[in-house]
Amino acid sequence: MADDVGLWLHAVTREFDPASVAGLTGVGGGLLRVVAAAGLTAVVSPVDLNEFGAEPLRRNLEDLAWLERVARAHHGVVDAAARLGPVVPARLGTVYLDDTRVRAMLTERRADFVTVLQRIAGRTEWGVKAYTVPGLPATAEPSQAPAAGSGRSGAGTAYLRRRRAALSAGEQRQQAALDSAEEVHAVLGGCAEAARRHPPQDRSLSGEPGLMVLNGAYLVDSARAERFGETVAALADRFPAIRLQLTGPWPPYSFTTIDEEEEASR
Amino acid sequence: MTSGTRPAALVPERYAFVDLLDRVLATGVVITGEVTLSIADVDLVYISLRALVASTATVAAPPLDGETEPR
Repeated sequence: MADDVGLWLHAVTREFDPASVAGLTGVGGGLLRVVAAAGLTAVVSPVDLNEFGAEPLRRNLEDLAWLERVARAHHGVVDAAARLGPVVPARLGTVYLDDTRVRAMLTERRADFVTVLQRIAGRTEWGVKAYTVPGLPATAEPSQAPAAGSGRSGAGTAYLRRRRAALSAGEQRQQAALDSAEEVHAVLGGCAEAARRHPPQDRSLSGEPGLMVLNGAYLVDSARAERFGETVAALADRFPAIRLQLTGPWPPYSFTTIDEEEEASR
Repeated sequence: MTSGTRPAALVPERYAFVDLLDRVLATGVVITGEVTLSIADVDLVYISLRALVASTATVAAPPLDGETEPR
């Protein structure tokens, strides 16, 4: 293999028919292929290390168009593979130098992969996000901030009072939303095989007027997916303090990592 | 989402991309390669993404009184 070509890891599966990915391309436009070892199969594609090597990769991550193209291409392969059977998706940007390194990784981590593949077989991931519902402002914003050095003037005190009242209304609204989100997460966790929370998305990225108070992921038996969706709809009616948004089905991205506690207890 | 919610919910493309990023960059390294993104790299992705979105946003959402990002 040429020095400047690496292997991008898309996913790890049990058995995988190479014919099922024949003709499909990976993140760098190279043809997908498989590398097998220890009863496991890695779905990989060749990438140019001048673009996907450690340093160029970190540079390219700051290019939104590049990142989006690569993330979607990676997801496309993971999603296609996940339709054929349980897969462990690789985190974006996992690259090996050659087949030997991939085989060594499969052999070394075999027990972890088998555990995770068992956990996710026949299940898919659903995302549920919750946002605060921006209400009417409690008080109108003062048209101008009090002048510096106004001391104990009535205007300054009144401003602070209005400001506190507004804050407390906002805080109450936020607390109600946070409480609702906790309950929603608990109920959905009860309908799922596993649940976890991603950090809430920044408002500038979510594109939502409300604050995100829940960015949940739920691993759900495929047979129970419809009921899960109905539960989300019922919860949306039950908790008016938040607005719910359902996404999916996703390949089980959020449930294929080894928990730190699990790691620590071994 | 008040009625008739179906499992295959549709969200606008750009926001679906952020959801996708949460997942393809999900915390916890399970597989280590010769090239592997660290948690710090992942954080940087979000930081540069926010900066980029902020610089290209045409209409910014007005800040809401008393609400802070829970991050």
